[in-house]
Amino acid sequence: MVGVHEWALAEAVVLTLSQYLREVGWSRVSRVVVSLGELQAVDREVFEFALKELTSLYGVEVGRFEVVDEEASFECRSCGFRWRLRDLNLPDEVRESIHFLPEAAYAYVRCPRCGSADFALLSGRGVRLVGVEP
Amino acid sequence: MSVLRDPRLVAIGERLREVRAVVPFLSSKGGVGKTLVSVATALALGRRGLRVGLLDLDVTNPTVHVVLGIRPGSLVPREEYGVVPPEVSGVRVMSTVFYTLGRPAPLRGEGVSSAIRELLSITRWGPLDVLVVDTPPGMSDELLELLTYIRRFSSFLVTTPSRLSLDSTARLAELVARRVAGVVLNMAWEVPEEAVRLADRLSAPLYVLPYDSSVEVALGSPERLAETRFARAVDRYVAEHVVRLLQNRR
Repeated sequence: MVGVHEWALAEAVVLTLSQYLREVGWSRVSRVVVSLGELQAVDREVFEFALKELTSLYGVEVGRFEVVDEEASFECRSCGFRWRLRDLNLPDEVRESIHFLPEAAYAYVRCPRCGSADFALLSGRGVRLVGVEP
Repeated sequence: MSVLRDPRLVAIGERLREVRAVVPFLSSKGGVGKTLVSVATALALGRRGLRVGLLDLDVTNPTVHVVLGIRPGSLVPREEYGVVPPEVSGVRVMSTVFYTLGRPAPLRGEGVSSAIRELLSITRWGPLDVLVVDTPPGMSDELLELLTYIRRFSSFLVTTPSRLSLDSTARLAELVARRVAGVVLNMAWEVPEEAVRLADRLSAPLYVLPYDSSVEVALGSPERLAETRFARAVDRYVAEHVVRLLQNRR
């Protein structure tokens, strides 16, 4: 179940927490908020399982992980049009490539209004450590 | 609530933990042959039995796969606690082309940095003697990501005898001076005094590689490339230097 890409993403979060705890001299944190960007299409169940396994593996004490979803949205730098990922109909193999490398979206997505390849990813890219509470 | 740094930055160190040496090929000028020299070096080191990785850091315009004969879409990194690079001719290869399939993927600076961090933080190279890094020209995001997040590396500066390239390489040398293992004078129709002076200033050897028109027809075939005069010179000088570098680290 965990022999997947999500493991590496969760490991990055846990390693960062571990380093942070050492830096601030805390032994544990009560709450950690992690945001999952829609573009990367992280399997939430697998990710949460990996977080649990990895905190135990690295000896990082976390009271509660709060995993929140973040909608992916774009803005065209050429014409200013804004759109959401859900407005697009990307084939599964494209979604798979973007899952591993969210910036691959720039190879497949164009502005729905003017066709420009120059757009900004406003939100919902990938895994983001939003914050921690002591 | 405290806001933490990008989690990928911490993971990069962990992913490179089992890599003994990172060897980037750098040039601030395009068209000097960085990709060919880096791929030829990686292949030569692989033939010598070393465990070699090859990273194409040119995330918007990758070409390592062209030299190796990898057709976009024909190979995919294996998903295993991250992604494991496929092995081609004895070298583990990672490139954005596995995900963009050779389509144009124009990225601004922030996107370039993000793509590099993602690749470095999810790629499980495993134990490597050398990670060879092919870099795009310029002194922009790719170079800065390398300088900032892969602090320990030994680079080769690649230039041609052209003054345009030498001037540009001299500027780059100021940035990476303490991390230069050697200067490679590629497609050398002559050996200008400036090239000698640059290497002297860096206390680094100058390796002179011949212009070899047979390289072009060997593109896509690692076996044919190995037989070229160019690749033999890369093996004799550059790969040999990397081997000595590893021996000194024991």
